[in-house]
Amino acid sequence: MVASELAQYVVTGLLVGGVYALMSIGLALIFGIMRVVNFAQGDFMMLGMYLTFYYAVALGIHPLLGALLSIPPFFVLGLLVHRAFLVRVTGGGDPNREMDAQLILTLGLSLVITNATTMILSPMPRSINAPYASRAFEVGPLLLNQARSYSFATALLLAAAVYVFLTRTDLGKALRAAADDPEAAGYQGIDVRTMHGVAFGIGVALVAAAGGLLASYHPIEPTVAVNFIVLMFVAVVLGGLGSIPGAFVGGIVIGLVQSLTLLLLPLQLQNVGVFVAFLIVLYVRPQGLFGRRARTV
Amino acid sequence: MTRDRGWLGIAAVGVIGLVLSLALTEHYHHRILTLVFLWATMGLAWNIISGYAGQISFGHQAFFGIGAYVTVLLAAKLHLTPWLGMLGGAGIAVLAALLIGTPTFRLAGIYFGLATLAYPLIFRILMDFLGYQEVAIPMVRDHPVRFMQFEEPRTFDLLALALLAATLVLSRLIETSRLGYSLRAIKENEQAAEAMGVDAFRCKMAAYALSAAPAALAGAIYAHAILFVVTPDGVFGVIAIVQTLTVCLVGGVGTLWGPVIGAAIMIPISEILDATAGDRFPGIQGVVYGATLMAIMMWAPEGLFWRLRRRPAGVARTAPAVHSPADPAPLPPVAPGPVVLDVRGISKTFIGLQALADVSFDVREGEVLGIIGPNGAGKTTLFNVLNGFLLPDRGEVRWLDAPLTGRPPHVVCRRGIGRTFQVVRFFPHLTVLENVLVGAFAHGAAPAAAREHARAALARVGLAGQADTLPAGLTTLELRLMELARCLATSPRLVLLDEPLAGLSADGVELMAAMIRRTRAAGVTVVIIEHTIQALVKLADRLVVLDHGRRLAEGAPGEVTRNPAVIEAYLGKRWLARHGPGHAAPLRP
Repeated sequence: MVASELAQYVVTGLLVGGVYALMSIGLALIFGIMRVVNFAQGDFMMLGMYLTFYYAVALGIHPLLGALLSIPPFFVLGLLVHRAFLVRVTGGGDPNREMDAQLILTLGLSLVITNATTMILSPMPRSINAPYASRAFEVGPLLLNQARSYSFATALLLAAAVYVFLTRTDLGKALRAAADDPEAAGYQGIDVRTMHGVAFGIGVALVAAAGGLLASYHPIEPTVAVNFIVLMFVAVVLGGLGSIPGAFVGGIVIGLVQSLTLLLLPLQLQNVGVFVAFLIVLYVRPQGLFGRRARTV
Repeated sequence: MTRDRGWLGIAAVGVIGLVLSLALTEHYHHRILTLVFLWATMGLAWNIISGYAGQISFGHQAFFGIGAYVTVLLAAKLHLTPWLGMLGGAGIAVLAALLIGTPTFRLAGIYFGLATLAYPLIFRILMDFLGYQEVAIPMVRDHPVRFMQFEEPRTFDLLALALLAATLVLSRLIETSRLGYSLRAIKENEQAAEAMGVDAFRCKMAAYALSAAPAALAGAIYAHAILFVVTPDGVFGVIAIVQTLTVCLVGGVGTLWGPVIGAAIMIPISEILDATAGDRFPGIQGVVYGATLMAIMMWAPEGLFWRLRRRPAGVARTAPAVHSPADPAPLPPVAPGPVVLDVRGISKTFIGLQALADVSFDVREGEVLGIIGPNGAGKTTLFNVLNGFLLPDRGEVRWLDAPLTGRPPHVVCRRGIGRTFQVVRFFPHLTVLENVLVGAFAHGAAPAAAREHARAALARVGLAGQADTLPAGLTTLELRLMELARCLATSPRLVLLDEPLAGLSADGVELMAAMIRRTRAAGVTVVIIEHTIQALVKLADRLVVLDHGRRLAEGAPGEVTRNPAVIEAYLGKRWLARHGPGHAAPLRP
C-alpha cells in the first residue's frame, strides 16, 4: 500500500476523531463527577444537530457559530433534566443499584427524546448544505475536508477550554472535589447536588456542541443518536470510565479505528472494527487505557 | 413463598392464558395475547441473568434475534421444519451465550452491561452485510403444520403460552436450586458469595446460557407469528430490548411474576396505542416505553410485584433474641496439632504502599491463633491473601500440604477455609436462613439437605428463632452470629474471623467468645484478627503481631504482651521509655 494512502486514512480518522473526542468528554464528565452513565447523551447530541440546523436555516447563523451557540441553552436543559429527573434516583442507596436505576432512567429519557423528535420533526433526514463541506484543503498529497477540519479545530479548542476550566477555576476544582469524595466535599461547603447539576449541564452542552460540529457534514435525523451513543460509550470505556483525558484519547482512537477499518473491511462493517477494538480493550484492560484498577477489597 | 404456591401460580397463569385464548375471537386480540406471552417469556429470560444474578444485560435481544434468524434461514435455505430449526436456534444461542459470556463476565457491574450493548449491534451489522436484510418465511401451503404456518391465530397463542409456561417452570426450578441461591448471593454481594464457596463465574455463565434458550425460542415464534419477514432491526433492534426491560422493570425484577405482570399491562397498552395513534404519531410506542421506564425508576423502582407484596415492616420483638448457650467448660490446653496452614514469606504491595512484607507463620490444627496489630498493620490484607481475594506479590501459602496460593476464594472455601468479614457482609434481600443456606451449599447441591444443614448451623449460634426474618432487622451481635453460622455452614476445618468482636457490647463479646470456644471445641481451627489485645489474650493460644505489614512478634499471649517491640508499636516509644519493658500493664487483660 502506498504510504500516502495510509496517511490519508489516518488524517481522515483524526479529523472525525476530534469531534468524537469532544462528545465523549461530555459523557466522561458526567460519569466522572456524578457516577451516572447517561444513555440520553446521544439524544442531546442529536438535538444539538437540530438546533445548529435551525440556527443555520432560520437565522442564517454559520454552523460553527451555531455549535457554540448551542452551549448555553443545552447547559440550562441539562440543569433542568438533572433537577427534574436524576436527583430522584440519586443518593442514599446501594451505589450499584443506583447506577442501574440512573442508567434505566436515562435510557427511558433517550427513548422519549428520539421518538418525540420523530413525531414532531418527522423521521426525514436533513442536512446543512454548507458549501465548504464538499471542499478540501490540500496539504501535500493529503486532502483535508474543510468542514471536518473546521469542526476538528473547534472541538479541540472546546476540549482545551474544558480542561482549563476543570483544572484552573474554582468551580472546576469544586466539581472535581465533588467527584473525588462527595461526603468530604459536602463538609467543605460544596453543594454536591448543585455540582452534579452543573456537571450534567456541562456534559449535555458539550455533546450538543459536538452535535452542532457534526451537523455541517453529517445527515441530521432523529435516529442518529443510537449509533453515536455506542461510539461514545466505546470511547469512554476505552479511555477508562470517567477519565476526561482518557475519553479524549478514546474518541480520537475511535475515529482512527473507524477510518483504518476501511482498509481491511467493507464500509458496512466499519463499526464492527470499533466494537472488536472495544471488546479487546475490555478483555485486556477492563479499567480502560487511562483508568486505575480498583482495589478488590 | 411456599413451594406449592409457586407451582400453583404457574398453573394459574396457564389456565388464565388458556381461557383468554379460547374466549377471544378477534384476530387482533389474539395477536396481542401472543405478544403478551412472548414478551413475558423474553422478560423471564432476561430476569434469569439480570434479575436473579443482577448482571444487567442490555443486549439480550442478541439471542432473540439469533433464534429468529437461525430458524427462518434453516427453513428458507435447507427447507428444515422450524420445529427443529428453533431447537437449532436455541442451541446456537446457548453457544453464543457461552462465547459472549467467557470474556464479558470478566467485567463487573456496569462494564458488563455496556459491553453487552455491542453484541446485538455486531449481529445487526453482520446480517446486513451478509445480505439478510429481509428474510421472508418461505410459504409452504401443503405442509402448514410442519412449517408453523397456521391460519388459526389461536394456535400461536397456545404455542407462545406453552413456551411461557416452560420458561416459568425453568425459572421456578432455578429459584429453588443451589444455582438460584448462588445467583441471588452474587447479586447481593459477589465477594461474600465467593468466600462462601460460590463459583461466581460459572454460576453467571450457567445463568446466561439458560437465559439464552428461551429468548431464542421466543424469537423463533415471534418470527412466525408476528413478523413473517425477519429484519435485523426487527429482532436485534433497540425496541426488542426496551420491551424486555420495560415488562421486567414494571412488573418487578428477580421474581417469576414480575415479567408476567409487566407484560400483561404494558404490551396491550402499547399495542392499542400503536394501532390507534401509530399512523399519526410514528414514535408513540417508544415515547410510552421511555416514559414508563422513567416513571418506574422515579416512583416505584422495585416494580409492581414487590410494591404490592411489601411486608408490614418492623415486627416488634419482645423476647431477647439470642439465647446464650451454656459456655462449655474451659478447655484443657490443646496439645499443638500438626501444621495445617503454612504461610511463607507473603508480600503484597498496593500502589506505593507495602501492605505485607515477608510475613511467615503457621497455624496448627485445633488451636486458636490470634493475629493482632494496630490499624493499618495489614491484617485484613493478610486474610484477603489467605482466602484468595488477593494474589500475593511474593510468598506461598500451603494448606494441608498442598499449595493454596492463587486459588480463587470459592476453591479456598470448598477446601475447608471459611471466613467472616470486618464489616459483616450479608445478603440483604435473603432471609437469615437463606444467608446461611448459601454457605451450606458449598458441599452439596441437594436443597433439602442444605436447608437442614443451615438450620442446624443457625441453631448452633442461637439464631433459630430469626431464620425467616431479613438481616436488616438484626442487631450487630446477631449479624455477626449469622455470619459465623454462614461460615460454619460451609463445614470448614479452619475459620478466618476478621474482628468478630468489633462493635459488640461487653455481653456481646462474652457471647461471641463463647461461640468461638465452642467452634474450636467442635474441632475447627480458628484464626482471629483483632486490633485490641485485651480481647484476644483470653481467647487465643498463640498470638502473631503485625505492624506496618511485618511480623513483629509471635508466641504465647503472656510473652507477646511483654515484648518491648509490641509495646512500642501500640503505645509508642515515649511510653516505653518512661515505663520500661517490664510494665506491660495496659496490654494485659
